[in-house]
Amino acid sequence: MTVSFLILAVLTVAGTAAAMGLRNAVHCVLALTMGFAGVAALYLQLGAQFVGLAQIMVYVGAVAILAVFAIMMTHSPESANSPVFSSQWSWGCIVAAAVFAVLARAICSSAASAHVQPPQPDATVQQIGDALMHRYVLPLEIMGLLLTAALIGAVVIAMDRREEMK
Amino acid sequence: MNSLQSYLLLSSLLFSIGLAGVLIRRNAILVLIGIELMLNAANINFIAFWRFGPAPSALTGVMFALFSISVAAAEAAVGLGIILAAYRHSRTTDLDQMNSLKG
Repeated sequence: MTVSFLILAVLTVAGTAAAMGLRNAVHCVLALTMGFAGVAALYLQLGAQFVGLAQIMVYVGAVAILAVFAIMMTHSPESANSPVFSSQWSWGCIVAAAVFAVLARAICSSAASAHVQPPQPDATVQQIGDALMHRYVLPLEIMGLLLTAALIGAVVIAMDRREEMK
Repeated sequence: MNSLQSYLLLSSLLFSIGLAGVLIRRNAILVLIGIELMLNAANINFIAFWRFGPAPSALTGVMFALFSISVAAAEAAVGLGIILAAYRHSRTTDLDQMNSLKG
């Protein structure tokens, strides 16, 4: 466990915890951006450069901006004084803590995580492109279809239908 | 504590934070963001197992993470579209007030 991992882990956990705990929703998304960037830096540290940059482009660049737009479009002034947590928030915290306890216990007692550190594998963009074009070409095509369907579906769902009905 | 274990512990902590957000937040958009955090935790697991696994040259973990990021992006777009449609209908994104299925 190196110092850089500790710094990135603290940054990621602080960002995501602030994203789930802050009062103002726009501040939540800003903290979330920090958490996503920390995850991307963890990918870079693990040697997956392409995935790290894709994480920055998709999450920091697209999903966070989309969430900010959605928050600004749905902002209502009367919600400023209402509580941010649901009425049974203590049960939610207990369930999440229990899930973490079970996962941590399984990880610490597992023999699979007792490997020695292998040498750094290289995943160059050329290798990833080769794999995407040969072995994973069918999933790639399905992913393109899925993204197109999601694009059209999101527009259709979010469209205002009141003009059509008149 | 070796390195794979620390990455797995970090990702399970991230998953738990996302789960807590999904369970306790009242704003529907932040609940969706909590789901994104849980997907990110799964991605960290993919990359960590790829990095410390027996055959990293097969690039399986990287491919899984890339496809998972694309699916999460599609899910975020459709989910926010659904939240906008629900907001237009009920004028709120508060999940405690969205308690009617029809009407």
